[in-house]
Amino acid sequence: MKLKSTALIASLLLACGASNAVTLRVANQGDVQSMDPHSLNESLQLSFDTNVYEPLVGRGKDMSVVPVLATKWGQTSPTVWRFELRKGVKFHDGTPFSADDVVFSFKRAADPGSDMRGYVAPIKDVRKVNDHTVDIETVSPFPILPDTLTVFSMMSKKWCEENKAERPVDRRKGIENTASFKANGTGPFRLKERQPSVRTVIVRNFNYWDKIEGNIDEIVFTPIANDATRVAALLSGELDVMEPVPLQDVERVKSSGSYTVLQGAELRTIFLGMDQKRDELLSSSVKGKNPFKDKRVRQAFYQAIDEETIKARVMRGAATPTAEMVGPGVRGFQPDMNKRLGHDVEAAKKLMADAGYPNGFEVGMNCPNDRYVNDAAICQAVAANLARIGVKVNLTAETKNTYFPKILRRDTSFYMLGWTPSTADAHDALYNLMATPTEQGRGQYNLGSYSNPKLDELTTKIQTETDQAKRAEMIKEAFKIHQDDIGHIPLHQQALAWAYGKNVTLTQLPTNYMYFKWVTLKAKENAR
Amino acid sequence: MTAIPATVPAPGPLARFFAGDVWHSFRSSPMAIGAAVVALGCIFCALFAGLIAPHNPFDLATLELSDSMLPPAWMQGGQAKYLLGTDEQGRDVLSALMFGARISLLIGGASVIVSVLLGVSLGLLSGYVGGRVDAFIMRVCDVMLSFPSILIALLIAGVGRALFPHAHDSLAFGVLILAIALPGWVQYARTVRGSTMVERNKEYVQAARVVGVPPMRIMLRHVLPNVLGPVLVLATIHVATAIQTEATLSFLGVGVSPTSPSLGTFINEGNKQLFSGAWWLVIFPGSMLLLIALSMNLFGDWLRDALNPRLR
Repeated sequence: MKLKSTALIASLLLACGASNAVTLRVANQGDVQSMDPHSLNESLQLSFDTNVYEPLVGRGKDMSVVPVLATKWGQTSPTVWRFELRKGVKFHDGTPFSADDVVFSFKRAADPGSDMRGYVAPIKDVRKVNDHTVDIETVSPFPILPDTLTVFSMMSKKWCEENKAERPVDRRKGIENTASFKANGTGPFRLKERQPSVRTVIVRNFNYWDKIEGNIDEIVFTPIANDATRVAALLSGELDVMEPVPLQDVERVKSSGSYTVLQGAELRTIFLGMDQKRDELLSSSVKGKNPFKDKRVRQAFYQAIDEETIKARVMRGAATPTAEMVGPGVRGFQPDMNKRLGHDVEAAKKLMADAGYPNGFEVGMNCPNDRYVNDAAICQAVAANLARIGVKVNLTAETKNTYFPKILRRDTSFYMLGWTPSTADAHDALYNLMATPTEQGRGQYNLGSYSNPKLDELTTKIQTETDQAKRAEMIKEAFKIHQDDIGHIPLHQQALAWAYGKNVTLTQLPTNYMYFKWVTLKAKENAR
Repeated sequence: MTAIPATVPAPGPLARFFAGDVWHSFRSSPMAIGAAVVALGCIFCALFAGLIAPHNPFDLATLELSDSMLPPAWMQGGQAKYLLGTDEQGRDVLSALMFGARISLLIGGASVIVSVLLGVSLGLLSGYVGGRVDAFIMRVCDVMLSFPSILIALLIAGVGRALFPHAHDSLAFGVLILAIALPGWVQYARTVRGSTMVERNKEYVQAARVVGVPPMRIMLRHVLPNVLGPVLVLATIHVATAIQTEATLSFLGVGVSPTSPSLGTFINEGNKQLFSGAWWLVIFPGSMLLLIALSMNLFGDWLRDALNPRLR
């Protein structure tokens, strides 16, 4: 009994202590899909999960590659890299971090259900040398291995086995496991509460191996899908940080005086993809053949879309129209090739007629409505543009929880996607978006299965080429092939817009990652 | 020869209606007249949108993106051809309201009719027959009530979409109507069952039974008119709810396409613009929904009073 009351007092004291804790209230348009860091290769999820789980190497504020769970690395041969692991790191449950966890995490990330397969596919083997050293052997020389390793995080072997979470959550099949709802990483924050689509709370990890720069003790993350509600929540003081700021409300938030709107160029490129694999499209009035296999049709679509007006009207100027699948800031971006085919309805009509569709055709289009800035509105504008050349678009816009599983199953003919090369290198886009899909995970996000063997070959060479000048030349060539083929229709790079109170200091990365360890919240002067 | 006076022809059903007290009560109730005029006006606009609307917002080829977000004509920057302004896609708000009301009224009306038919017949059966049939139907009701209706709607719409993944629009419409109608019948069944149980023990029903009127006829001719009052009121409120449910389903991606927005979708979209000052995108569609819902509700309220045998 005595023991019980002591425990009670102790917990009460703890509760009192917690009330002085610095809480950061964050809202986003959508929810983090899962706590499993290997389950979905999507920026918001990677960004959030990286506060709880950590990779071997990470990114600094200037996007440079910095040591995280590995302290040193170097090549012992062209295909073998040795990583020295950080000593004294503990998972949130107290288990020490060791080479076994690294070997396990790589194996887990290579599982068929994992969305990280593309990143581990160049890796042949991960070997434990001793408790704090691992050797990573790549299939062929792979100069950007450290860049690639920034994307996926280390999990605890012991914890995963105990929780039957040895295999990643498979979003496509809707399979969930403990790792969706619980987390045990090495990161600066621990998961405290997870209510999918309602709120997620993470708290400071006091046993973190590094000094945490910011002062946040607790982060309450709330998804608020409705733009107006999210803005209202911020303006009424219920939130400290909110993103994205709806473009129509940027002025309103700025003029309130107590909030800052930080707008930066994002690395993300928004583009449209077309199914070029099936012999007959899933949803189209054209039967027996696939019009998207014809380059003239793809080009007609491209030229029918009035990107400049979309930028001016739908995006209110906050976008950079692009002709490439990667934007400025990504290694391999070609400034001289960034010229879109002109918007020309007549030319598009002629192309359609030449291809045998003078009266156009009907096609289904899939689009998210809560993922990218004004995504559904862009798709509607595209549908209106295409109507001018006789193409009737049957648009389905839906929430990302149902959208992503659907398009990842390739259950689409014409879709919208946004892509940020997580490695900030052109190879990422070539490998994931443009190369022909394979079982090993290449082309995992090439959802329309665009395919050109020449580009595949170049992609493989780019992966292993260590001579930077040669590599840059090959990237240029590959981009040229993709551009000439009109493999996808690139639209624009959207602008990031975060809003936060004037008492908050934070760092915005062009990958749109929000690291809470860099956030500081000053107490408000008028706090009661 | 004596002239035989020509027989006065028996009054036709229409004439009987106009001579009857329902029409009299209608004429003497300004509220009912007002509600009916507004409701009929909305229905007329919706039905003949293709003829009277200045633009066709569903014809994507006619949309001018560069005309997007224009304020109503009387404000600075407004254009005469867009009387109530335009939305984000350059759609004329006035035309979109008419076309959107058509979809909303169709879905709202049809789903309520399905709900009412299903609910009233099951409720009558349950209340009149009683026993095991009653117990069974009511347990089904309990199960339905324990789920949020939007969840059931999502399930039906999801299954419908999965069964016919690339179905034609009209089929998708049918699925949507069913998805909204099926969770809705429960409240009618409950209401009707309660009233039926009261009515069936009354003298007139017993008398009819003694005379040997078949149960089916008793239910439909004698009990039904006496239990219909609350149903009419419920149904008119339900139309507005159904329109909102449709908007929610559309947002979730199982409803109508954003390129042919219904009233509900329009409100949902306009809602996002609340802070940016584009008030016309939410006020006008919102008022339209309010007008439809309120006029139907008032009309239904009057209809209940007029049809109730005891209040006549």
